[in-house]
Amino acid sequence: MMSHAAYVFTSYGIATLTVLGLIGWVVLDGRARRRELAELEASGIRRRSAEPASGETR
Amino acid sequence: MSENSLAIRKFSDLANPTRFLALADRLLPWLAGLTAVFFVVGLWLSFATEGDYQQGETVRIMYVHVPAAWLSMMCYSVMALAALGTLVWRHPLADVSSRAAAPIGACFTFLALVTGSLWGKPMWGTWWVWDARLTSVFVLFLMYLGLMALNRAIDDPARSSKVSAVLVLVGFVNIPIIKFSVEWWNTLHQPASVMRLDGPTIDPEFLWPLIVMAVAFTLLFFTLHIAAMRNEILRRRVTALRRLAARSAGRGARTK
Repeated sequence: MMSHAAYVFTSYGIATLTVLGLIGWVVLDGRARRRELAELEASGIRRRSAEPASGETR
Repeated sequence: MSENSLAIRKFSDLANPTRFLALADRLLPWLAGLTAVFFVVGLWLSFATEGDYQQGETVRIMYVHVPAAWLSMMCYSVMALAALGTLVWRHPLADVSSRAAAPIGACFTFLALVTGSLWGKPMWGTWWVWDARLTSVFVLFLMYLGLMALNRAIDDPARSSKVSAVLVLVGFVNIPIIKFSVEWWNTLHQPASVMRLDGPTIDPEFLWPLIVMAVAFTLLFFTLHIAAMRNEILRRRVTALRRLAARSAGRGARTK
């Protein structure tokens, strides 16, 4: 049988780990996608709307 | 131009992913900062306030458990709205929003279940019972996992968006079941003590940390959701560009 404080700290501990994990996943996912886009752009592949003089009227 | 049509134009401007990305980049630092401030104050209040005369220290679990449980339902409601956006208005960002929200909702539901279990053991004497509230929240958790699996199983968002949206809307029936389960059935879980028509029945000593933590969790949800939506837009761009590259490489090979 754990003490009451142990239940409280386990709860906050698991909550902290879950939230940090979620934040870490979102940040790393974003970085990886930006890197992929940069690599594609470096190899000369661009979105039509990002190309100069693509005739887009905006 | 009338104010109303201006508001509509602003909303439809958001349908342009490039504008959304610009807005997200501007908003995110502020949202993240505000979230951190609310968490610092909320956590301080959570441990600075007194324990309950019956529950002792374990009442502090409430400040994580209740906001996580609220957010697990709010996240699904956001997904249901997004599903309507996909099916009715065909808003281009609706599917992005729904898809980005699912893992976040799954995490909050997981937290609600685990902290509830850790609170149940010392207070009820059991980790888990299959009462209506606990079971319906467990079903919500499974639905989030199912939707994530479905979104991963169908690569092409153009094809998965409608199936996923219909499933989200069908699953929405579970949200009122969760909310009212404690009134409709005899559950071990207590009935609502904050969101009541006759006002909260909870002591102000516990209400304040709870409200601040609820705001902190809500801000955290929106921060993560906007960031995850941005990631999803970037992911789709990468896929589209790779397809474009493959097509032009194929064309190049033929002309040689």
